[in-house]
Amino acid sequence: MSQDSHSSSKPFYRYFFSTDHKVIGLLYTITALFFLLCGFMLMLVMRWQLAFPGSPIPFLGRILSPNLAPNGVMTPDFYNALGAMHGTIMVFLGIVPLGVGGFGNYVLPLQIGAEDMAFPRLNLASYWFFLLGGLLMLSSFIMPGGAAQSGWTSYPPLAIINPGQTVWLFAMVMLITSSLLGAVNFLVTSFNMRAMGMKLSRLPIFVWAQIVTAFLLLLAFPPLEAASVLQLMDRIAHTSFYLPQGLVILGMRHIASGGGQPLLWQHLFWFLAHPEVYVLLLPAMGIVSEILANNTRKPLHGYNVIVGSMISIGILAFVVWAHHMFISGMSAVLSDFFLVTTMIISVPSVAILTSFVFSLRGGSIRFTTPMLFALAFLPMFGIGGLTGLPLGLTVTDIYLHDTYYIIGHFHYIVVPGSLLALMGGVYYWFPKWFGRKMNDTLGKWHFWTSLICMNGVFFPMFIQGLAGQDRRYYDPMAALHSVPTQPLHVVSSVFAGLLFLSQIPFIYNFFYSIRHGEKTDDNPWQATTLDWACPSPPPHGNFTKPIHVYHGPYEYSPVGHKADWIPQNEEILA
Amino acid sequence: MKQYGWGLPLAASSYAGSIDFGIYLIHAVMILIFVIWGVFFTYLLIKYRKKTGVSAERDETHGVFKSLIPDLIVMVFEIVLIAVYAIPVWSKIKIDTPASGNVNTVAIEAQQWSWNIHYPGPDGKFGKTESKYVHFSNPIGLDYNDPAAKDDIVIANELHLPVNEPTVIELTSMDVIHSLFIPEFRLKQDAVPGMKIPVWVKPTKIGTFEISCAQLCGMAHSFMRGKVVVQSRADYDAWLKSHEPQAAQPVSASEAF
Repeated sequence: MSQDSHSSSKPFYRYFFSTDHKVIGLLYTITALFFLLCGFMLMLVMRWQLAFPGSPIPFLGRILSPNLAPNGVMTPDFYNALGAMHGTIMVFLGIVPLGVGGFGNYVLPLQIGAEDMAFPRLNLASYWFFLLGGLLMLSSFIMPGGAAQSGWTSYPPLAIINPGQTVWLFAMVMLITSSLLGAVNFLVTSFNMRAMGMKLSRLPIFVWAQIVTAFLLLLAFPPLEAASVLQLMDRIAHTSFYLPQGLVILGMRHIASGGGQPLLWQHLFWFLAHPEVYVLLLPAMGIVSEILANNTRKPLHGYNVIVGSMISIGILAFVVWAHHMFISGMSAVLSDFFLVTTMIISVPSVAILTSFVFSLRGGSIRFTTPMLFALAFLPMFGIGGLTGLPLGLTVTDIYLHDTYYIIGHFHYIVVPGSLLALMGGVYYWFPKWFGRKMNDTLGKWHFWTSLICMNGVFFPMFIQGLAGQDRRYYDPMAALHSVPTQPLHVVSSVFAGLLFLSQIPFIYNFFYSIRHGEKTDDNPWQATTLDWACPSPPPHGNFTKPIHVYHGPYEYSPVGHKADWIPQNEEILA
Repeated sequence: MKQYGWGLPLAASSYAGSIDFGIYLIHAVMILIFVIWGVFFTYLLIKYRKKTGVSAERDETHGVFKSLIPDLIVMVFEIVLIAVYAIPVWSKIKIDTPASGNVNTVAIEAQQWSWNIHYPGPDGKFGKTESKYVHFSNPIGLDYNDPAAKDDIVIANELHLPVNEPTVIELTSMDVIHSLFIPEFRLKQDAVPGMKIPVWVKPTKIGTFEISCAQLCGMAHSFMRGKVVVQSRADYDAWLKSHEPQAAQPVSASEAF
């Protein structure tokens, strides 16, 4: 694949130490998909306990160590570990690396007409920090003390006294470092390596989404890196940045404590983790933009509105974090401020969604496999966004906070929202990666089964949340108000199992099509952007001819032109 | 009305109604928006599906501003919601908390994994607590050298409240963060170690309700439950009376002087 002169010809070196952005992008994609599968399997184990509390886990129960699951029934500590690791893996090892590291690395340099990223070695370092951080995170399950069990949010003092957290923090520091290296690289590349004529106003939306994402990562991650190091110090050096005076833990006075403030962590954590939500979302929106324009055969409606909205989201994302803390004990007056900013940030999100929908009008819609995924993103993101309303509103959040309602809400954003779009991206760019198509029939099966199952898993959570069912409960039968809606966990769990099965055609299709898929030409979708103006797969250095960009990214169905598309690097001859 | 079911639980506090109003209103609007939007979306997909011989029409003629109309509607709805509903009701529930002492006051010191309910006793004053006095017979570490502590009542996991009058709960935690959740009151507030957070509630129904912990607090998080017993004033007073400590509190030698 890569003719990288710096790498040896041995396959291991060629694939794992190549500085070619395309090899690194694919490594990121495959690694992230693997981690997603791991995170998903942890959830399946948890879902057994939620659906059938206290009954032995089939098959797995017999293999697990008696510390984790005596007689095959999982312990509360193991349940908490699965929960914390599921969240951490899905966010930091799955969706972000797939959307940014995978698609960003592969597609961004192609779309701007660059030969490679600005700093190829930094790029490779970023991947290795990610891989090692991720493996360290996973390996915490087999370390003494086990995996972290304080939630992916790791609120102190719990996170400081619970076992497993030290490895989590070390791994987080590595993952954050990886993201920072990537973000710098993306920004420098997008601003300095564009082809002749590729003005900012001609950038595909995907590139804009990656630019905003990179800014978010660059500015939001350092506070969490600092915060993580402080928490690490609280654990291993007995400082007390987050511990107040006079703690008594299980009847024992906690000696090291004094002078700290537990809410400090929450502020620092959410200062990253809210922008992080948009890091999960923006690359997906970028992918949807590309697929929509290509499959409606017309320019996107309101290019400027979409780009402007993305930039405003990028700015506003930094002033909404404390809406996660309305009932944390933070000043109740401060909540009013974050209520207002939260409502404001919904405006650009609605604008993007509206532009996407209006883009369909007047189109000649081809229902290709990637298009199905992109279209499904719209209503699913709609449900996720709408259910954010009662959570962002201080008053209704009092009741809904920390219930299953919020779990349903953010999963709708990330799973049938972001993840579906990212999977659409896999089908869309697969021909670019390997010069072959993925099988359409299997793809459509994968789409419909995934869409139905995802809704089956997450929709019941809204009903459970309205009934007041608390999240992060090892035993949903423990609280009387959760008992009537507990059977819905069975529904969710059955659909989660089916969702797992419906990924098998995807995995098979992916690996089978690499070698045996239907061969395609360089531009099978008849797309206009520069990623399709090079061979599939692109050689080292990407482009075989000099690139000059003459117009905007989505010149579809131009008036008085025979073909219904003109590539960005071809002049319009009117 | 059934206490627990598939919808919101029984509403049993003075502000539960205002919170429920918001939840119902927003869901009605949400469903309306989603249905209208969904119909439009489906219509577009059917009308503009690929047909042979018909090419896409570029819509430069349609103004961008027209497509911002949905945004405008959402914005107006949100502004009204914030100004008329969220800010005033939030102030009533979370900001304008009655000063403790003026009204019936209870303290809750949460710990892994129980709720220590602390009543000030007939003198109306809470005794000082300190971590060094914590003992299984003195779970919150009351300092019995403090005269105010002698008549204090500490009971695990059972909160008694008088009906139809406001009570301020001074909430804190001894170890990790917990969250006091009483679904029937629509009351939720984190208990943070090192902070004393006052919350108030005015129960409107006599009965027994549930306390659960809404913030992950370790192994037995889901089992950290308590109950709330709302009584008439007379019953409440009688209950308090019956739980006042008897003259000799079995503690320290320092009491001798």
